Amino acid sequence: MVYLVTQTLNGLFSASLLFLIAAGLTLAFGVMRIVNIAHASFYMLGVYVAYTVMLRTGSLVLGALAAIVCAGAIGFAMERWFLRRFAAQPLAQMMMTMGFALVFRDASLMIWGGDPFTLRYPTWLSRSVELGDVVFPAYRLFVIVVAAIVGVALWLLNERTLIGARLRATVDDPDAAATTGINVALLSGLVFAAGAGLAAFGGVMGGPILGGYPGIDFDLLPLAFVVVIIGGMGSLKGALVGSVVVGMLDNFGKALVPELSYFTLFAPMVLVLAIKPTGLYGRA
Amino acid sequence: MGVLEIVRVVAPVPPARSRVKLAIAVAAAAVLLIGPVFLSTYWTGLLTQMVILGMLAMSLDLLLGYTGLPSLGHAGIFGVAAYAVGVLSAVRHVDFVTCVIGALAIGILLTALLGLVVSHVRDVYFLMITLALGMVLWGISYRWIPVTGGDNGISGIPRLEVHAGLPVAGPVTFYYIALAVFAVCGVLLALIVASPFGLALQGTRENEGRMKSLGFNTWLLCYASYVISGSFASVAGVLWAYYNGFVSPTYLDLTSSSELFLMVTMGGPGTLVGPALGAGALVLLKNVMSTYTQRWLLLLGTIYILTILGAPRGLWNLGKRG
Repeated sequence: MVYLVTQTLNGLFSASLLFLIAAGLTLAFGVMRIVNIAHASFYMLGVYVAYTVMLRTGSLVLGALAAIVCAGAIGFAMERWFLRRFAAQPLAQMMMTMGFALVFRDASLMIWGGDPFTLRYPTWLSRSVELGDVVFPAYRLFVIVVAAIVGVALWLLNERTLIGARLRATVDDPDAAATTGINVALLSGLVFAAGAGLAAFGGVMGGPILGGYPGIDFDLLPLAFVVVIIGGMGSLKGALVGSVVVGMLDNFGKALVPELSYFTLFAPMVLVLAIKPTGLYGRA
Repeated sequence: MGVLEIVRVVAPVPPARSRVKLAIAVAAAAVLLIGPVFLSTYWTGLLTQMVILGMLAMSLDLLLGYTGLPSLGHAGIFGVAAYAVGVLSAVRHVDFVTCVIGALAIGILLTALLGLVVSHVRDVYFLMITLALGMVLWGISYRWIPVTGGDNGISGIPRLEVHAGLPVAGPVTFYYIALAVFAVCGVLLALIVASPFGLALQGTRENEGRMKSLGFNTWLLCYASYVISGSFASVAGVLWAYYNGFVSPTYLDLTSSSELFLMVTMGGPGTLVGPALGAGALVLLKNVMSTYTQRWLLLLGTIYILTILGAPRGLWNLGKRG
């Protein structure tokens, strides 16, 4: 029982990080049809930037802010100058992001070297929480709570604000949205930047546990894709459900059948695709 | 558009541009045919890599260029066939014929299975699903340590000439075997894309709805294209395992799949010749540049970006009107 609760909490922790990554990926797809291979690179950039800032200042908050701003700015520039000119050409855009993914990977290897590291815990979170027999690291609980807050904030933004209404309209039909006076180009840039920033924030949140190392981008990318495929591309709700499913499966898969843990991810994806090719909450 | 495209593919290209292309193709063929007689072992090795990866790029072109299905997991199939050679020859010590047939059968069976999953999706969905499947295959090669050896891979694969019991051995012999297989695969693929089946694939790429209303089973067409493409990729995988003498998870990773994607896109999808030349160019660039710089990935990424900015339809299609 204790084992089950601990593993479930671990699964939720993975789900939290996955949600932070997948939310931007799914929105970029929903609004611009961009399959962003470089998306997990923003996660990686987030860890590295936060690492540098924390070495100087020792503050996780400053590190997180710097990571979000850096990744957001790079994402905005990428969308503005490299991706927008290939609007409605998903393959060209995908190749472009692939190029950027390789550039980011090699550039960060060049700047930060190849040594793996982890971010330092904030001191007030470097302890454990005891709930009955279950002992769980406070930091992991903290990440779960933060991701839940981000999720609620995104939901409120999407459902309760004007910008959210514009966003939903653009996901439904970009052309019709543009004719009603929505600045789709600006919105696209902002969505892409916000997605990059969120992924970078995910990197900072995951940093103390998963750390940073060359290759973490391509380690996380397939997980994020499976989340988005299961949840349905373009759907925030799908990203949430997909993250929990993948986080749990990945965690229990690794714990129970470590050698074939990729299978435990793969099987439900196939199942979902066989029944509903657009994913649980996706629209064709 | 569909009909025009078909006419353009089948009919000879106009003479002005074709002279340059013909010259390039003849020069490439000449280098491939007599190159190893003059070249050092190092360059013969590079040529061998070029023809094997050229074969692989052409197999992806059938899927990406002709059928319009962008697979980002193609290196996975190639890698599984290579692993099958590794396991069968270096671990199980089976004889040459069993090993080759077994490895091809495993590769083809795998595509036949995966094809069931991917054949009903199109465009970016196809891309994302093949990407995920490719990563799953990579994950298996990396984590299923008792069979695959994990990160270390499997070494000790015998040389093909020795394993097959040929009277002559050495890099040049292997090169000509690879070249012969390359030529056979190239001719077969050229016949396939020009056949009624190949035209139906191109029709599906251009307008699936119209093909359906004409009575074509487009699911089956895509499935067949996927399996045929995977079969040729398996052939390349078998040769690659013998060429290197070992197999490792890097054969299957996303970087490999995307390099392959770049070979086809840079060369010119839907031309067969373009992707083969693209493969050659990338192998050459990779090996030459790696003697000068450690920053190969940076360069590769830049090549991606420049290719898309400068020649989004590939070099072999430059000047062709869309």
